[in-house]
Amino acid sequence: MSTRLATGGRLIDKGKAVTFTFNGSKMRGFAGDTLASALLANDQMLVGRSFKYHRPRGIVASGVEEPNALVNLGTEGTFEPNQRATTTELFDGLTAASQNHWPSLEFDVGAVNAKLSRFMPAGFYYKMFIHPRPLWKHVYEPFIRQAAGLGKAPKGRDDDTYEHFYAFCDVLVIGGGIAGLTAAKAAAASGANVVVLEQTAHWGGRSLVDGGTVDAKPVDKVVEQMVSELSDMPNVTMRTRTMGAGVYDHGYVLGYERLSDHAPHSTSGPRHRLWRIRAGHVITATGALERPLSFAGNDIPGVMLASAVRDYVSNYGVSVGDRTVVVTNNDDAYRTAIALKTAGLTVPVVLDARVTPIDSPLMSEAKAAGIKVLMGHGISKVLGGKRVTGVAVCSQAGEGAVLEEIACDAVAMSGGWSPVVHLWSHCGGKLLWDTDFAMFRPDVDKAPIGADGRAFVSPAGAANGHFGLSDIIGDAHAVGAQAATALGHDAPTSAAPEADSVDEAPMAAVWLMPQGAGKTLRAKAWLDYQNDVKVSDVQLAAQEGFESVEHAKRYTTLGMATDQGKLSNINGLAILSDALNQPIPQTGTTTFRPPYTPISMGAIAGEARAEVFQPIRRTPLHDWHDANGADWEPVGAWRRPYAYVRDGETVHDAVMRETKNVRENLGLLDASTLGKIIVKGSDAGRFLDMLYTNMMSTLKPGKCRYGLMCSENGFLIDDGVVARIDEDTWLCHTTTGGAESIHQHMEEWLQTEWWNWQVYVANVTEQYAQIAVVGPNARKALEALGGMDVSKEALGFMEWADGSLGGFDVRAYRISFSGELSYEIAVRASEGQAFWDALMAVGASLGVMPYGTETLHILRAEKGFIMIGDETDGTVIPQDLGLHWALSKKKTDYLGKRAHTRSHMADPERWALVGLETVDGSVLPDGAYAVADGENANGQRNVQGRVTSSYHSPNLGKGIAMGLVLHGPDRMGEIVEFPGTDGTVYKAKIVNPVFFDPEGEKQNV
Amino acid sequence: MSRAVTALDGATSTDGIATITEVALQGMITLRGDLASAGIKKAAKTVASVDVPGAGQANCSDDRGICWMSPDELLVLCPYDEVDASLDKIRSTIGSDHALAVDVSDARAVFRVSGAGARDVLAKLVPVDLKPQAFAGGMFRRTRMAQVPVAFWLHEEDVFQIVCFRSHARYVFDLLKVAAQPGSAVDFF
Repeated sequence: MSTRLATGGRLIDKGKAVTFTFNGSKMRGFAGDTLASALLANDQMLVGRSFKYHRPRGIVASGVEEPNALVNLGTEGTFEPNQRATTTELFDGLTAASQNHWPSLEFDVGAVNAKLSRFMPAGFYYKMFIHPRPLWKHVYEPFIRQAAGLGKAPKGRDDDTYEHFYAFCDVLVIGGGIAGLTAAKAAAASGANVVVLEQTAHWGGRSLVDGGTVDAKPVDKVVEQMVSELSDMPNVTMRTRTMGAGVYDHGYVLGYERLSDHAPHSTSGPRHRLWRIRAGHVITATGALERPLSFAGNDIPGVMLASAVRDYVSNYGVSVGDRTVVVTNNDDAYRTAIALKTAGLTVPVVLDARVTPIDSPLMSEAKAAGIKVLMGHGISKVLGGKRVTGVAVCSQAGEGAVLEEIACDAVAMSGGWSPVVHLWSHCGGKLLWDTDFAMFRPDVDKAPIGADGRAFVSPAGAANGHFGLSDIIGDAHAVGAQAATALGHDAPTSAAPEADSVDEAPMAAVWLMPQGAGKTLRAKAWLDYQNDVKVSDVQLAAQEGFESVEHAKRYTTLGMATDQGKLSNINGLAILSDALNQPIPQTGTTTFRPPYTPISMGAIAGEARAEVFQPIRRTPLHDWHDANGADWEPVGAWRRPYAYVRDGETVHDAVMRETKNVRENLGLLDASTLGKIIVKGSDAGRFLDMLYTNMMSTLKPGKCRYGLMCSENGFLIDDGVVARIDEDTWLCHTTTGGAESIHQHMEEWLQTEWWNWQVYVANVTEQYAQIAVVGPNARKALEALGGMDVSKEALGFMEWADGSLGGFDVRAYRISFSGELSYEIAVRASEGQAFWDALMAVGASLGVMPYGTETLHILRAEKGFIMIGDETDGTVIPQDLGLHWALSKKKTDYLGKRAHTRSHMADPERWALVGLETVDGSVLPDGAYAVADGENANGQRNVQGRVTSSYHSPNLGKGIAMGLVLHGPDRMGEIVEFPGTDGTVYKAKIVNPVFFDPEGEKQNV
Repeated sequence: MSRAVTALDGATSTDGIATITEVALQGMITLRGDLASAGIKKAAKTVASVDVPGAGQANCSDDRGICWMSPDELLVLCPYDEVDASLDKIRSTIGSDHALAVDVSDARAVFRVSGAGARDVLAKLVPVDLKPQAFAGGMFRRTRMAQVPVAFWLHEEDVFQIVCFRSHARYVFDLLKVAAQPGSAVDFF
């Protein structure tokens, strides 16, 4: 069994006990434990079930590479699935639950899949569930979805907050192990601005466990001193619990800082911070990961990486078993054997797959400590079910004939080490195959290249394929110094510290144990623990023609789990290479993509949640609207009142009331969102003549004119009233959504085509609160405010004037989008609320009501006025809408003119605007199509038109609509049919689109 | 005029790692023209009483100043109640040269972020190098704050002055408040 030792445990504080629960059981650990070390201390080796076969799975590793120990962490608002126990720091009250089992971890029904595993090889789902086709959607997919998936999706709202942080530095060092610290020190000594990120809570990385001396001092003391020196330097920033997640173009790096995961109840502030770093040079000192060995039963709980077994003893004072068999193809695992022996535990045997002529120093040390070593041996299979009970020993060279069985409760395996090349590779760094160490290492001659054509990422230490303290420190020092000097800093004067080195015997590549393992053994030799991929699956993929590593990966799902194959990739592609009978470099690796390990969605979203999820634009009257029953409608990024709903009213009631009131009394509309663009210069008239389809240069100062804008392809893009302010200044109103895009459209033409024209534009949309004062009592209201003359004579239809009303400086436009007597009054935005209040006060006796956008729509539809976005959709041209009058024949050119002559644009078959009136007075469904006889080539009914706007008009007491209909204007009085989605066929008569006051008498008073 | 109010009526937040305050109405004039011309320079200087700054710079003191917006645009600051008079001065100084001067005072909201955590708060929201040696007094930056455009400069050490569109005032204030939440100091600068 696994247990806490009486001594040891560098990282834990035995004075601080911590309680937590796992699957509801209360357990105890110490401050400084990870959830994994605490679970092991409580003899909880079984931590989950595998994805496909529901095999019992235990903790394999001690760090980010852990594939099995994934838990659901927290509850409700702090719930998060798929959290790695090995990187979860223990805190008091932590609640964890294992994943992927039913009904319980100990007894799982899904484990029957394991019995059927022979029938569920790679590609099983593809082959099995393809026929018959209809069963996929209703039978297979729901079943597979039920069975698949590891953690549960959170249901509650996240209680925590998150943020981003933009940082800039000269040299960014990713990894705070001995290599990262050495590189940082060398770079910082040159005066460069340095940031160091370490993903764990501790500096020094593996060097603390593996030991050694630097400049004749123990390495842990050296780490302590370096951290202290670096922390004191003003040009260095050190962050623990911050992972370098991804490296991107131009020295852009994402860092993932976990601020409060280790103490969620005792800190305020955000939980995670996503660092968005721009670095001059990036050093990846990301270390190396140990590889498992592929032997039968290597997934049985109790089989662990040798380095992890050593970590648990040394860092947490936890033994994973009383009797641990060590199996290896390299010298490093001997350190584990020696550490276990030193801790008073039993190592029955070291099974070394190699045969070496002489003992290396580590072998001699192990033997001297009384540990039995069997060279040329390996594991035929592991004995046990939910826990290791022993190993069957065989010769590595054979086919797995059992020589003896050795009882044990843990197996420490080492298949060699792979440099963590992920961050090096994210942005295009290439890899070399190192035959001596059987690993991919960075090809420093093919580094990620920056905009200046020079490398912007350098690997250092073990991440650069250097092992042994002396090599690591020497490499890291040189890389750190180079990074700083490459950025123009002086080279550091100090030399690299001198570390001792231990001679190690060469490792031997072992991809399968024993090398001749038969089918039965291979089908139990796991490569990818999380996605349940075995040696036999990869071999099957190769046999079935999935020769590309990327194809084999997707076919078998090797390396596609949340750990992204940190343990399995190299072993898997070695098996694939062997099956394809080609060298490993020829097979290559799959692509390394960010993030290095999963990062939280919250960190990616940053501050963008709740009230600042999205910017909402507010007019100066927003708060008043909100306090007065506004039912909000999003219009672009703005919020506009759709209607002002009174107590006891439905929204529809409110719209009907407002619409009638405008025609009978007085309505106020907040029109502040409409775009207002100043166009000034001696060429301004010429410029506007190019932008609008009609003539704007002939407009007299003091007058207004409605205008249309087309894109260069002839399609309507915007409309609005243009006012000429003075000799060389115009003010162009745009639609609410068009303010920014039309401003940009103008700048684009001015900057790219007509750069020599004397025109400046400015978007002054937000400078003004603009209020439409509309209805028969509009003039009376303005007269009650007093000030400027707003009579018909002084301010005629389509005129504007500057003046004063109620003591406010105003610009009054006599324009109408409703067919009523109507003014739009612009005041300074800061005075908008006060002016609105003044209008409401004088309007009280005139029947004033504010009205919203739906009333605006109904009023304009009653008058047959088109709306950009309703009658237009990017495919409509002015001619479709009967707006020929607005297409200047005098002008030699304007945007869209040439496009209008294209055959399709001039086609008489284009649908054209008409009014539509249902025969029974009901409301036509918006967007409904008018059907015609016959079917098209796809067997669909032919169509001859569609509804573009449709409302109930309270003023006319019936439904009114506009639509585009084939030959519509020539078919007045004809009845056409519009099938609705409700099964009803609506019959509507084609009529003139101007339903109300066709002579325009109401606005000309 | 007493009836004129800022977008948030002078909202403040003091419980975070920096203090956030909406600044009183500020006169602002967009001046577009040939920045190399004597007329434009003189017109801006007449109103702001400071020299025209170079690219990426601002020359501000209290409620007067000039900010460089683009190769053909300046933002001229003056007291809010002097805008009309200032516009007249600018227009008469420029005369018939091709230029555009418009009042944008009411189209904007202005915030001040102050305190030891001010740089931290801003660096959470704007993609700008805010190390004291990289962003110092006299510099001016038009950029993005989370999802909206802003411009800012250092009013004095540890006091940033931020200009945004008036319609974004609530969003920007809320953003700054979230970024300044207690316990969120970064200790980077």
